[in-house]
This record gives sequence, C-alpha cells and structure tokens, in this order.
Amino acid sequence: MMQFVITLPWAILLILFPLTGAIISFLWPTQSNKVGLVTVSFVLISVTFLAFSIIEHGVYHHAIGGWGSPLGIDLYADGLSLLMLLMTALVGLGVSVYATGYFSAEQSPRFWPLWLFVIAALNALFLSADIFNYYVTLELIGLAAVSLTAFGKSREAYSAAMRYLLATLLGSLLYLLGVVLLYHGFGSVDIATLSERCESTPILWAALTLISAGLLLKTALFPLHFWLPSAHASAPAPVSAILSALIVKSSFYIFLRLWLTIFGPLSEGAVENMFGLLGAIAVLWGSFQALRQTRLKLLIAYSTVAQIGYLFLAFSLAMSGAVVAWNAVVYLAFTHALAKSAMFLVSGNILYFGGHDRIMNLDRIAQHLPITTTAFALAGVSIIGLPPSGGFIGKWFLLEAALVQEQWGFVAILLIGSLLTAAYIFKVVSHAFTQSSLPHDSRPIPAHMEWAALLLAFAAILLGFFSSSILSVVGIGYPFELNGVKP
Amino acid sequence: MNWDTLIPFFVIMSSFLPALMIFALAEERRGLRITLNLIGVFVTLALVVFMFIGVYQGHHYETRLSLLPDLDMVLRAGPLALLFAALSSVLWLLTTVYAIGYLEGSPHRSRFFGFFSLCITATIGVSFSGNLITFLIFYEMLTLVAYPLIVHRGTEEARLAGQTYLLYTIFGGTLLLLGTVWLYTLTGTLEFTPRGFIDDVGEEHYFALVSIFILLIAGFGVKAALVPLHGWLPRAMIAPAPVSALLHAVAVVKAGAFGIVRVIYEVFGVEKAALLGLTQPLAVLAAITIIYGSVMALFQDDLKRRLAYSTVSQVSYIILGVAIVGPIATIGGVVHLVHQGVMKITLFFCAGNLAETLGIHKISEMNGVGRRMPLTMTAFTIGALGMIGIPPIAGFVSKWYLGLGALEADQEWVILILIGSSLLNAGYFLPILYRAWFLPTPDKWPDEHDLGPNETSLMLLIPPLITALLALGFGLLAASPYSPLEWVKLISRREFY
Amino acid sequence: MLFMYALTGVGLFFIGLYTLIIHVNLLRKILALNIMGCGVFLVLISLAMRSGYSSPDPVPHAMVITGIVVTVSATALALVLMLKVLEMTGKAELYDEEEV
Repeated sequence: MMQFVITLPWAILLILFPLTGAIISFLWPTQSNKVGLVTVSFVLISVTFLAFSIIEHGVYHHAIGGWGSPLGIDLYADGLSLLMLLMTALVGLGVSVYATGYFSAEQSPRFWPLWLFVIAALNALFLSADIFNYYVTLELIGLAAVSLTAFGKSREAYSAAMRYLLATLLGSLLYLLGVVLLYHGFGSVDIATLSERCESTPILWAALTLISAGLLLKTALFPLHFWLPSAHASAPAPVSAILSALIVKSSFYIFLRLWLTIFGPLSEGAVENMFGLLGAIAVLWGSFQALRQTRLKLLIAYSTVAQIGYLFLAFSLAMSGAVVAWNAVVYLAFTHALAKSAMFLVSGNILYFGGHDRIMNLDRIAQHLPITTTAFALAGVSIIGLPPSGGFIGKWFLLEAALVQEQWGFVAILLIGSLLTAAYIFKVVSHAFTQSSLPHDSRPIPAHMEWAALLLAFAAILLGFFSSSILSVVGIGYPFELNGVKP
Repeated sequence: MNWDTLIPFFVIMSSFLPALMIFALAEERRGLRITLNLIGVFVTLALVVFMFIGVYQGHHYETRLSLLPDLDMVLRAGPLALLFAALSSVLWLLTTVYAIGYLEGSPHRSRFFGFFSLCITATIGVSFSGNLITFLIFYEMLTLVAYPLIVHRGTEEARLAGQTYLLYTIFGGTLLLLGTVWLYTLTGTLEFTPRGFIDDVGEEHYFALVSIFILLIAGFGVKAALVPLHGWLPRAMIAPAPVSALLHAVAVVKAGAFGIVRVIYEVFGVEKAALLGLTQPLAVLAAITIIYGSVMALFQDDLKRRLAYSTVSQVSYIILGVAIVGPIATIGGVVHLVHQGVMKITLFFCAGNLAETLGIHKISEMNGVGRRMPLTMTAFTIGALGMIGIPPIAGFVSKWYLGLGALEADQEWVILILIGSSLLNAGYFLPILYRAWFLPTPDKWPDEHDLGPNETSLMLLIPPLITALLALGFGLLAASPYSPLEWVKLISRREFY
Repeated sequence: MLFMYALTGVGLFFIGLYTLIIHVNLLRKILALNIMGCGVFLVLISLAMRSGYSSPDPVPHAMVITGIVVTVSATALALVLMLKVLEMTGKAELYDEEEV
C-alpha cells in the first residue's frame, strides 16, 4: 500500500493542488480561509510523500505529457529541490495559519488566490529542469508577489510595490537575454544538456554576466538590494514573511543551480570571489542599517539583506574548494526562511496588538505577549547564530570553511556580522522587557497568530539537532557535485 | 535499556521541564509554582547524588547526541563535573527558598522562576559537558537565559545594565566560537581528555594554538570577570539579590572559571600549555585581576558593588591556581570554586536581607546593624572572614593550598599576591564588620519593612545561615573523606599523574 | 542580415535599460521595460534561423510567445500600480520616504 502511495506523481500534484486551490478560493470567496488551509496542508503532505519517494528511489524525473526535453517540460527533483520544497511547505503552512487570523473578511478572498498561486509557482520553479521554465516561474512569482505587496494600500505600499515590480521585471529581462544567448550558443535550454555542451566562449561569458546580474537583482544582493527594505517592510506581515523567507530564496536557488552545473566548471574563481566580497559587504551594510532602524519591520527587512550576504559568502567559499560550505548554504537558507518568517509574523502581532511597530515603545511586550516575544527571541537566536539552533549549525559550517581556506577576512566579517546581528536583535528584545513612557491601546491577539510565529521559530531551533539527517537527504542526487568532487 | 546513558539527560530535564511548566503558570498560582520548582530542585539533587555514588562504584554515565556529521553533543559525569553540579544544585535549593521569600509580592514571578530554572539547566549542562562544543552550547544558553533575570525590573537602568552584560558576553561568545571551530579544524575532535587532546597538532601550528588559547581564555574570561573583561559584573548588580547571589556568585561567573579550568586541563593539558608559554601570562593576568578587584572594592560604598568587585578578585584565585602549573596549586584553585561559591553566596544573601528588611544599600547605612539583625550579620561575618582567609573558614584552606602550590612550582611571587590581596580583603571587609557590630544604630533605618517576628523572614534568614555553616564546615572538616577538598585532590591526581 | 536584427534587438535592450534607470516618470519606466522586452524578443527571433537548416527553429518562437504573454500581464499590473501611486501621491513617480 505504502509502495503504491509513494509512486503517485507527487511532483505534479505539488503544482496542481495549489493552482486548483487558488482557483477555488477565487470562485468561493466566503470560504477562502478554509480552502487555503486545506490546500497548504495538502502541499505539505505531498512534499512528505515526495521525500519518501526520493529517499527510496533516488532522484525524481518526470516528463510532462510524455513529451520529454528539449521540446517538452521536464520535472526534476533531487535533494536540493526537496529541501526547497519542504522549506516552502513548512513556511507556507505557518504563514497560512497566521493569515487566517490576520486578514479581514474582505481582504482574505483577494489574498488566498494570489498566495496559493505563489506556492504553485514556487513549487514549479523548484521542480524545473530547464532554464526557460525558470524564467516563466520567476515571472509568475514576481507578478503575484508584487500584487501581494500592494495589499498594504498605503502610499508607501504602492510605491514599494511599484519599485519592486520594476526591479523584478528588469531582473527577469536580464535573465531572459542571458537564456537567449545560451540557447543560441549551445542549442538547448535543458540544464543537464547545457552542462555537457557549454564551453568557455564569449557568448557564455555574456550570458553568465546577464543571468547573474538578473538573479542578483532578484535576490537583492548588495548593491542591488535597493528595492527590498521598502517592499518587505510596507507589505502586510504574512506577505513580508513570504517575501523574505521564500521568494528571495527562489532566485538564489536558480543562481546556485546554474553555477553548479553550467558556469562553475568553466569559471576560474575570480567571479565567485567577487560574489563573496559583495556578500561580505552585504552582511556588514545590512546589519549596520538594521541597527539604525527605529521601526521593527524595517529592521527585519535589513536583516534579510544581511542574511542574503551570508548565503553568497558561503557560496564563494564553497566554489573555491571548501565543500563543507555547501552544508552552510543549505542550513543558512533553510533556517533563515523559518526564522525570518517567524520574525515578520511577530512584527505583525506587535502591530496588531499595539497599532505601531516603533522599537523604543515596545513597552513590556514580554509580559503582554510572552509567546510572541519568545518567538522573536528564538528566531533571533537562530539568526544571530547562537547555539543551539539551525543558524548556529550554519554558522559553524561557514566558519569551518573560512578557517580551512584561511580566509581571515571572511572570518572577521563573520564575527563582526554576528556581533552586529546580536546588537540589533537584542535591541528589540531589551525594549520588550522595558517599560516605555508612551502607553498605547491594545487589542487582544488570536492565539493561532501567536502560535504560528512560535512554531516557526521553534522549527528553526529544532533544525539545529538534525543536521546529519537533513544533510544526507539533501545529498541525494549529488546536487553539489562540482568537477567530479562530491561533498 | 541502558539507563547509564540517560541519566545525564534526565538531570538536564529535571530543571528544564519545570521551567517550561512554570512559564505557563499564571502569576497567582504561587503554590503550584513553588511546588514545581522544589520538585525540580530535589530531583536534580537526587540524580546528582545518585551519579556520585554510581561513579564511585565504577559506573560510566554518558549521553551522546549527534549534532554535526562528525561531532556529538556529549554529557558525561566525571569527578570535576560532579563537583560543579553538586555545588550548583545545593546552592540552587537554597537560593530558590531565598528567592521565594525575597520576591514575595513582586510582579512577573512566573517569568522570573522560569528563567531561574533555565539558568540552572544551563549550569548543569555546563558541568556535565563532555566536549568543547557541548560546553559552548550550554555556556551560550546561560548567557541568554540569565539576561531576562538581569533586566527583570523593567526600568531603563536595568535595560542598560543588560545591554552592557550582553555586549561583553556575546563578544566573549563570539571569540569562543572562533577558537572552538579553529581548534576543530586542527584536531578533528573536541572531546575533553585529561592532559589535553592537542598532542597530534604539529609544530607548524604554534601560532594557531597560541591564538586559539587566547581566544578561548578571553571568551571564558568575560564571564569569569578577568581584567579587562570584567566591566559587566558591577553593572549587573542592578538585578534582584537572588540573581546576584546565585548567578554572579555561582553560576555565570563560575561557568567562566570552570571553562578556563577545562581548557587548561582537558583541552590543552596543563603541561603542554606551560610548554607553549601560555600559563605564565595567564597567571600574571589573574594576579592583576586579584589586586585590581580588591583595590576597586575599597572605594565602593554600595554594598553589592563592593561584593561584586570582591567576586572579580576572588574568582581569579581559581584561575591563578590553575595557571601555576602544579598539583597542589591545582587543588587550591579548584577547591576555591566551591569555597568561594559558598562564602560569596552567604555575603550576597545577607546583603539582600539588609536591603529587603531595612532598605540598606550602602555601607555607610550599616551602622550598628549587627544589633538589629544579629544572625544575618553573623553569617556575613563568617563569609567575610573566610574571604580574608582566616582559619578555620573554608577560604583559608584554598589560600593555604595556593600558597603551598606556589612554593612547589617555584612561583614565590604568588605568595606576595596572596598576602597582599588578603590584606586588601581585610581592608574592605573589616570596616564593614566594625560598623555593623561596634557603631551605634541610627534612629531610623532607610526603609524598614516588617517581615515577621524574627529579625527578618525565615526564608531570607535560613539560607545564609546554612551557607555560612557550610563555609565553616568545609574549612573545619577539610580533612574528612567527604569534604570538597578530598574530592578535588582526586581530580588533581588524574591530571598530573 | 539577420544579425543586424539581433544587434538592433540588443540596442533596443540597452536603450530601454538606460531609460529605465535615468527617467523618473513611471510611465516612461514602464515603456522602457516594454522596449527592453521587445529587444529581447527581436534577438530571439532573429537568431532562430540556423544556418544549414531549411526552416527556422520553432523553440525560440514558442519562447517569444510566452514572453509576450508575460509582458502583457506585467504591463497591465504595472499600469494599475502606477495609477494607484498617482492617486496616492499626485505624481507618477516613485515615492521616496526619507530615512527617518
């Protein structure tokens, strides 16, 4: 029985379920909350079964419609895709539970179709095996995300959404032009085929530049991060969580895939070092800016800018030979998604409770909203990289990689980054314990909103205890094999 | 089912689970909260005693949990671990009783006792850590869970004190992490081994080893209040007295000292550390701290601050004992872990009594208080005399062994430091005693409360009396087979022979 | 010959990019994006004829069609957002909140 269940085409369902759910919730507005929750639960179940399938049978291949590449679209899932899918499903569930309480009755019917559509597009992206499908899914995600960002209905929200839209479209176009060049140069859009055919020609380098630039813009790596803080801060809290936790990771995933399979084997190392340098600057700049903020959501948004820098630092270390850094990439991406979404949900709770998110006036939130404060503290522990958390494990791997490579500059950046991160996290926590001079009216928060935040933060901590299992699953299909070296 | 592998885990849970349950309790459920707390205390104590007996009989208690692909979290019950754990659990019992009395009627007690229990969880974890990464994890956990206790009062002043605390401790934690990972890349293991595990690291890594040592010592030195990393400790006195008593006299500060002991004995190995030229500078730094702390204490009028600087000074005795390479000095240093803990907690309990009952915060307000609160001041006197090093109180035993150890290791200058600091100790403790016993009482105390028919509430009175008796007992009965001194001699033997 | 079309496409791309970055008015930015898109599509189509084959490669044509659909939806969304920004701020420009 179990064997049969495992062989069902879960990957297809991962895309179909949320799409159907989006349509149903659009057509049935009054029940949109329930439809949404049911759909997201199905997504999580599907990911679980897909995981069993991959653990049992290895990498998952499926040709849609039986066509097969290069004309048809293939679905492909290895350990890395699985990790991303799981991340989406878990964060998705937490955010969905939260959203049922956060949005009013007239907002919900507009939220759920867009959000479920984003999930469908994200799943499709993580399951894709060719670079043009990446473009399509990137655009789908981008347009839906922009619409979600504009939910705020304020001047800042519309302007932030507009800036985000322009940036994301620019990024997609740069990426597309790169795809065009790759197709023209090597005759395929399928990743596996391209990795065999690619050679170090000017066309490849032009494509590499364009694609990397486009993806870096979408992932908001310094200095192309200008659109992120306003977009992530002015969106409603569940949307901010989705943006910071999932959507920036989607373009990073594509970046990883293309560099691992196509560009990496052909590159000398100078370009990767540049990414590492930009990542280092992002860590310092983002953390420093976060420290300066007076409003909580902007602080969290700048924290995302910094954390993305860590991802690229790890990438650069890994490409220059420290294979343990891939573990860091995996861990940092996954735990950041969980912890950052928890943080944004906390900010939503604080806004809901007190009507504002000024850090100086948090006024003993620790006493009024203990669950929320604990959620923030736990998420903060993971983001800073304090033990015992998933973030600590990620930081450990990163430090190990930097020390093995004797990259003392990166070591220093990592440590200074931790200190700055601790500074801005504890700035918030300390005000949560302190009495403020400005009292404010308070609204009671539905319990599931607080618990969603806490459970996501707790998951980030829990990841710190299962590194061996997680890493062995991620290794299925050897996604991080570079030039024949398997980590 | 091999119970031996689960006992260390249960010890951790015996304070962790009550903490979680206490968090969930409403403020008013006083009885249930006290019950849960005391159950946790007694179960922890019982398990520690159980392990004591078991280790004597040859049992091996070890819990392992895979953390990273090649690195485990390890909890192991060895003699040093049991010593520290026993100290922490007994003092936790006494401080819990004290805290219940002290915080009667204060707000946010569920939060307080919850984090209090978590501090114990972290301290027990630190004691039983079997390798450097487990130690690091519990050590950082201690940093985090002690924070809400420091900022408990919710004032801006408390927030700033907490900020200073975090600044120092997180910085120390970062140094620790760097040292640990670096060491791991060189040795491939982090298991605490008597005489150290850096044997296989080659000559070419000399610079790395020295740097790692400095990083680890600095990281631990922040909590152990080693000059110049001690700045957070006097500021942290803003916390309620039970917090100052347990954490700053016992848990947090001792965890730092304990870390240094572990690093020197079971990471580097004391003889290898001496070979690398690392122990002498550390001894000098410890000596500087001893003198500096005592000098600063002379100038403090606030009682808790004077005690804080005294702690800064006294903890470095432990470090000094460890840094002078020799078995007798080791005994002196490690046994001071226990002795100083017991004496200092007595002093802080008494300070808390004076503040709660009479509103006394400054030494200048203490005239004649010995007549008003004789039992409290007797306990204080015992603690103070022990700090100075007057026999037969425990402090004398530690200083005696330190002095003997210095002679044995050809470090005669240490004796000068010992004498000098004892004189300074007398300089800042004896005037207090004089004031308390021999000066006339003022007409009115700063802020008197009626706490019962005895000089103060029984829950505030009994704990310091018990700890004072322990201080006296550890000194008088030091030669008996069950004293801390005998236990420490066993530990020293394992390291040197 | 076809190569000239491809070059034109690249030229359009960069003209659009320049306009997108420099001009402040939102309508111009949206138009710039459209022009960039057209540039990319032009490159795609002109490179679809492969030497040695009798008929063009259909795959780029399919890509262009997909791209056009995406561009249309994106432009629609962008125009609506622009109108909302205009309504809220009175100007069809990105609202820059000073760092407080």
